[in-house]
Amino acid sequence: MIEVDIPSDVQYIEKVVELVQRECALMEFGARQLMLNLAVALTEALSNAILRGNGDNPAKHVHVTARVDRVRLIIEVLDEGGGFDLDTCTLDPTTPDNVDREDGRGLFLMRQLMDRVERFDDDRGNVVRLTLNRR
Amino acid sequence: MSFAITKEAEVVVVDVEGQLIVGNRQELKQKVLDELERGEKKFLIDFSQTGYIDSSGLGVLVSLSKKIREQGGELRLANLNDDLKTLFELTKLDTLFQIADTRERALESF
Repeated sequence: MIEVDIPSDVQYIEKVVELVQRECALMEFGARQLMLNLAVALTEALSNAILRGNGDNPAKHVHVTARVDRVRLIIEVLDEGGGFDLDTCTLDPTTPDNVDREDGRGLFLMRQLMDRVERFDDDRGNVVRLTLNRR
Repeated sequence: MSFAITKEAEVVVVDVEGQLIVGNRQELKQKVLDELERGEKKFLIDFSQTGYIDSSGLGVLVSLSKKIREQGGELRLANLNDDLKTLFELTKLDTLFQIADTRERALESF
């Protein structure tokens, strides 16, 4: 299991993604799952946690746990924010009105690229859980 | 991750090396806007050395496309690998950008 705690700074995102990619590669996840599904969805989850959940406040932390085996990857991203409603906050960026928006694709991509995305509160804060089945 | 800017004929070519994500998107934006301010009109962003792009990176591309168009310029994208093509298709951004398979074809299309 991977467990890391990072300050709220987007410069840490790539390193966390690399760490999880390496573990998934050991479990023989395919290149596409590593470079597209995992990389993009985890980047979105970390970015949301840092910028929205923790308000880009470097004094706040994001905690990441990842459990991976040959069947699936489950990542939990915990921030110190108040949480959000996944369905309400997910826009469809493909509609004619939205396609040229500069924002609003993050949650959509996360949900397109993962087999399951869940958001819940626990006693430590706001958690986004991503599940990707190995194919 | 870095952005290399070169000039080929009248086209400003930007090579995106590594990821285009929330941590570096502003750097790409500023580099292109600086060239636009200098009066450059034709831009090509080449993704042949790019790993992955997140929603912030896509957002910057949309923003640059608008700003370049507002100044009477043109933007082309080239060399998207299969993963990046999927990302553009999922978000329908493949309908918004002019995307060429190769750098040469993109340069010819101006």
